[in-house]
Amino acid sequence: MSNNSDIKPNLISASEIKPASMDLEAVRKKLADAKGPKYWRTLEELADQEAFGELLQREFPRQASEWVDPVSRRSFLKLAGASMALAGLAGCTRQPLEQILPYVRQPEELIPGKPIFYATAMPFHGHALPLLVETHEFRPTKIEGNPLHAASLGATDLFAQASILNLYDPDRSTTLTNMGELRSWGDFAMAVNSRINDKDGLKATQGAGLRFLTGAMTSPTFGWQMKAVQQAFPQSKWHRWDPVNRDNMRAGSKLAFGGYYDPVYKFENAAVVVSLDADFLSGEWFPGFVRYSRDFMRGRKLENGAQMNRLYVAESSPSTTGAKADHRLVLRPSEVETVARALAAKVGAGGAAGNLNADQQKFVDAVAADLTEHKGKCLVVPGEFQSPAVYALAQAMNGALGNVGQTVTYIDPIELDAVEHGQSIKELIADMNAGKVDTLVIIGGNPVYNAPVDLDFAAAVQKAKLRIQFSNYKNETTDYMHWHVPEAHYLEAWSDARSYDGTVSVIQPMIMPLYDGRNCHEALAMFTDQPGTGSHDLVQTYWKSQHPTADFESFWRTSVHDGFVANTASPARQVSAKLGALPAPAASADGIEVAFRPDPTIYDGSFINNAWLQETPKPLSRNTWDNVAMISPKMAADWKLNQLKDDNDHQSDAQRIIEIVFPDGRKVEAPYWPQPGHPDNAVTLFVGYGQSRAGRVGTGTGYNAYKVRPSSTQYIAGGAKINVTNRYWDIAVTQGHFSMDDREPVKVATLEEFVKNPRFAHENPEEEPKDTPQREETLYPDYREKGWYAKYAWGMSIDLNSCVGCQACAVACQAENNISVVGKEQVQRGREMQWIRIDSYYEGDPANPSVYFQPVPCMQCEDAPCEPVCPVGATTHSTEGLNDMVYNRCVGTRYCSNNCPYKVRRFNFFLFSNMPGTDWDTPSLKLGRNPDVTVRSRGVMEKCTYCVQRITQARIASEKEDRDIREGEIKTACQQVCPTGAITFGDINNKNSAVAKLKSSPRKYDLLAELNTRPRTTYMAAVRNPNPKLASGTENT
Amino acid sequence: MAAPDILPPKGVRPPIIGPGQTFGTITDRIAGIVLTKHTPIFWVAIVAISLALFGMLQTAVGYLLVKGVGIWGITIPIGWGFAIVNFVWWIGIGHAGTLISAILLLFKQTWRTSINRFAEAMTIFAVMQAGLFPLIHTGRPWLAAYWLFPIPLTMGVWPQFRSPLIWDVFAVSTYFTASFLFWGIGLIPDFATLRDSAKTLVVRRIYGMLAMGWRGSAKHWNRYETAYMLLAGLCTPLVLSVHSVVSLDFAVSVVPGWHTTFFPPYFVAGAIYSGFAMVLMLAIPFRYLYGMQDFITLRHLQNCGKLMLATGQIVAYSYAMEMFIGWYSHDKYELAMVNNRLHGPYSHYYYMLILCNILIPQSLWLNKVRSTPWMLFLVAVVVNTGMWLERFVIVVMSLQRDFIPSSWGMYWFTKWDMMIFIGTMGFFTLLFFIFIRLMPAISIFEMRNLIPQAKVKE
Repeated sequence: MSNNSDIKPNLISASEIKPASMDLEAVRKKLADAKGPKYWRTLEELADQEAFGELLQREFPRQASEWVDPVSRRSFLKLAGASMALAGLAGCTRQPLEQILPYVRQPEELIPGKPIFYATAMPFHGHALPLLVETHEFRPTKIEGNPLHAASLGATDLFAQASILNLYDPDRSTTLTNMGELRSWGDFAMAVNSRINDKDGLKATQGAGLRFLTGAMTSPTFGWQMKAVQQAFPQSKWHRWDPVNRDNMRAGSKLAFGGYYDPVYKFENAAVVVSLDADFLSGEWFPGFVRYSRDFMRGRKLENGAQMNRLYVAESSPSTTGAKADHRLVLRPSEVETVARALAAKVGAGGAAGNLNADQQKFVDAVAADLTEHKGKCLVVPGEFQSPAVYALAQAMNGALGNVGQTVTYIDPIELDAVEHGQSIKELIADMNAGKVDTLVIIGGNPVYNAPVDLDFAAAVQKAKLRIQFSNYKNETTDYMHWHVPEAHYLEAWSDARSYDGTVSVIQPMIMPLYDGRNCHEALAMFTDQPGTGSHDLVQTYWKSQHPTADFESFWRTSVHDGFVANTASPARQVSAKLGALPAPAASADGIEVAFRPDPTIYDGSFINNAWLQETPKPLSRNTWDNVAMISPKMAADWKLNQLKDDNDHQSDAQRIIEIVFPDGRKVEAPYWPQPGHPDNAVTLFVGYGQSRAGRVGTGTGYNAYKVRPSSTQYIAGGAKINVTNRYWDIAVTQGHFSMDDREPVKVATLEEFVKNPRFAHENPEEEPKDTPQREETLYPDYREKGWYAKYAWGMSIDLNSCVGCQACAVACQAENNISVVGKEQVQRGREMQWIRIDSYYEGDPANPSVYFQPVPCMQCEDAPCEPVCPVGATTHSTEGLNDMVYNRCVGTRYCSNNCPYKVRRFNFFLFSNMPGTDWDTPSLKLGRNPDVTVRSRGVMEKCTYCVQRITQARIASEKEDRDIREGEIKTACQQVCPTGAITFGDINNKNSAVAKLKSSPRKYDLLAELNTRPRTTYMAAVRNPNPKLASGTENT
Repeated sequence: MAAPDILPPKGVRPPIIGPGQTFGTITDRIAGIVLTKHTPIFWVAIVAISLALFGMLQTAVGYLLVKGVGIWGITIPIGWGFAIVNFVWWIGIGHAGTLISAILLLFKQTWRTSINRFAEAMTIFAVMQAGLFPLIHTGRPWLAAYWLFPIPLTMGVWPQFRSPLIWDVFAVSTYFTASFLFWGIGLIPDFATLRDSAKTLVVRRIYGMLAMGWRGSAKHWNRYETAYMLLAGLCTPLVLSVHSVVSLDFAVSVVPGWHTTFFPPYFVAGAIYSGFAMVLMLAIPFRYLYGMQDFITLRHLQNCGKLMLATGQIVAYSYAMEMFIGWYSHDKYELAMVNNRLHGPYSHYYYMLILCNILIPQSLWLNKVRSTPWMLFLVAVVVNTGMWLERFVIVVMSLQRDFIPSSWGMYWFTKWDMMIFIGTMGFFTLLFFIFIRLMPAISIFEMRNLIPQAKVKE
């Protein structure tokens, strides 16, 4: 169990590198054998063999790798002498010879030790998230949202936060290979060139047989390049495949509008929101999530009296959107369409209602009434993973309710040349099988792993004569490729992309490509007449053509600096949804319905080797390092599977494996998870896991749901059967007890109750009216009276009404504070390290419970129980009210953690900072650490510091300017990333600060106030806004 | 070799020393164990086994130092596990020695004489085991050893005197020092006896050095008695203070199940309870193996039994109060703690504890049990098991479910936990049997005082 930190440093000197392919079979076999709990150990062995560390030791491998220094006699003697001198230090590793030189000329704007922020954007599967990236000495260390950009307003999501770790991932593809043999870029360019210019090459055939396969692209430059390529090779074709795609939306759009349009929602204008399986509060797979969740939650801040929007959610798989709903209707995946039809008929959007049961009817009646009451101020949001008909119905309802232009507008697709991906890859595979494809260029993606299983991409692709892959990782697809070219990370090369509303961001790189990678523009340039052009020139050339005026330079500089090109948001199209003949609803098959969903933390599998995301608990099930098959608690009880039991608080137990058998005979085995609120007779499978070549972090985690996902039923499949096996799967969860019991850590009321008694969070009728003990009732020193908090008193307010449980804060904190990952086995033991955790609590009927999220960082108590019990004074009280951890004083008695009633302290049981995935031996990972934060050693306690390094930076800046720290000058990492603005931080001494104002709100309460710890982190009680007409029954309250 | 235990007729208590002993026989019998060249085979066997266990302890501690405390079952929220359980348990065991030596001496309980020497040795060896745990349980023992002691550095960085853990350091080290001195002073006249009876020069020289020039003059005896009484007076409060301070590790905290004002007397009673159980666990085999039934008579065993019975009742009362106050406070966290003891995932530990520490020891009311060595031995084993469970219940079950339900957790000990625990038992046994072989396990000169010939008319 404890060999986890035994990973040997994979420093392989360049001479020892053998081509990765030499024992590819052995490695693959090893990976195939690596399953479940053995995963660390197997990877250690793997780490010795696979040559993935070769160029990591050098920062600029492109230049350095060419330079071979013969050992001169002089340097030999020098080294020999030094070795003799250092022979006594046997325990020390020999340091590589380095010359330390000051900058001869200081780079512009660089002040060593001070970070510089650059604007850029993260392309995320068909749209862009605008970013501001913190760099230290030109190394990106932390990602923030771009506050100037409407799609971010300073916030991001967990994928953007974690993408920085992908940049430094030592398992990224580092070498250009041909059939597994190392090759140079020149060799590759020559091969492509000869393919184009040969006698019967692509030029001769006008590109017949030349095919490109990419994911959804929004880059205008890429579109311009592709157009040029297609002009040069008119017979070539461009196919698209993203496993998590918007096909149903596209198809629905065609149904409703007769063409492809993207919706842009304006949640800030909506008083009533109805979600038809739309998960717009979870993550970026709902394009615009960051902005949408902020807009939506702005209607729930209760800043001006009792104004609050209302959210109805009719959904199948439980999502965080459903968790935030005022009313939630639990439906099997196919029933959503039935409800949508009934609702559309009721609000006058046309169509006919089908048969509903009593609960559904009641829900539909109430929702329809509420919608009609709020014409023009309501919004129906269809889910991306629901049938096209649901999309069409929802937009028809929006039309009928007068919402178009008010709460929703339609724009041309931001995706270049929008297609339905399922159709597109089907065509490609059909052509490959027909022998029509002879040159296939795959840019990004991993179709062998994630293409629809019935199409058998792997078999078809072998019929192409020349197969080229540009990819970040050597993955399953690489095995079928002739050429593999390492793709540049988005922080390594120039590009551009559109955000959900069409605004274009220029993506500027932060660092030179670590492994000589090329991005999609450079890949495509190979097929133009300027094959060697770099990404910067390509992007700039395109924009020059778009902006051919004399002030291009200032236009370019402004766009790059601001992170977006001004006035590029797509104009709204005046279209109206016509409900023509909808396809008949799929006949409900007997058996169990299956919903395929992207994984909440590793998405479609592209983040599988990201240790931060692997260890981030999934918002609802709180499990890590695996995907599960969600079923309803009733199904689990019916099958007598051992349930979530509250008498066993840590559910990191072996779970039974169930086998899901599809009508076509395909089957997959997965650990079951009884998820409260999941519909009966349905199962949710999460795609993205179960990869065989996922690097040291991802290999061996989870099961592969793609192998049962056919092209016909990409998101909802019916007629499945489930067999319960007698085998078990270890599940690592971070929270085992989901009931609040009588503790009420989350205080909640309905809007009505809130209006009646705004201070509801304070008075528990069953207890004494006094909710906090008096100040003098303590034996602790009264720091306040001693004048400790005279200058600043830092405090935090967390609005439970706004928190959607998206986990972005936890990952942001991990990135900012160099927090270790510990691995699945340690999570099972309950030793996860994330400083801020999001507790989820379920209340009520397990079939459809109320769900509450509560982020819990350190409370920074004024009377902190942790402080007096430390025998060495390693946790002390600062004059500004923080509980400071003195790491180098800590001896690790863990008494402080025992005595912390909030259990926010985290202990380094092992040398966690050297765990695989975020270890400190791997050179590339060293670059990504925040230099302002200590990396903790073994045996040391740690916890949330309120980002004390940011406080200190602000203090230094203010003292230099002889002023006080301004309100809003300091943002903690969790606050900065939060899309809904649930977290507010500041000086509570300043009565005008946002946090002080929030703390004077009647909704403010202290967690465990009865202990008189006087926490500085306080909560704003949750308020739900149920429809009075919907009596309790199927809905949330 | 052993004379059978003969129970005297009803109403008559067994003597505290067997009939027919003279000054000479006492000296020869006790010194004979040490000065003989013949090492009994059972001694070799026991020492071999405990040496193996000691080796296991060293391996486990070595691995711990290399890897970190993560090899144990502790986690968040259960930050303390076996190490602290074992620490409190061993410290508790170490309590009987000083109680017998100091308090019973002050109360002029002469029956203490034949058991005080090895009880004191037991105390010292038990405290040695206990002292190991607070050190190795820290995340960085090399720093803990250095920073927990108040060394006046120029930096002015002192330990934090508000923390009960630092009180522990003082309490335990004071207790160890005082017990060691008490034991050492008591040994001086006996070392002189061994010196005088030794047959070889080397042995004579060694015991001569240990005897520190003792000649047995009246002045020596006078000073000896004064010093001994003074130390007894010093040690008496220590008997009460050490476990009180240890209990404050828990009582000072906010954790429901720890935050209890009556912990100090509860812990002291429990400590004496387990201490006497350990005295019996050592005395019964010892008197059997070395045929010491004349010196450690049924009277001693009965008295130990009675003391166990008395402290056991205090412990039982404490358990009742713990639950009662939990319920009476009507505090939701205390109520949940009570509920968790009775119905939580570790409730079987709690019921085992009640069985071991309250129900089975009630058999000590029977004279038959108190007078039958093997029955007493079994009860003592049960009580010490129960006392270990008590600490497990307090440490682990309280931490397992405290305030915030999301952070509740479970504790599973690992093989390393077990190896270290069993290893300390081996280390303890090893030290004890080496002690028996090399030092007089029963105080020779005090035993000589017990026989009728020693009584001088005043």
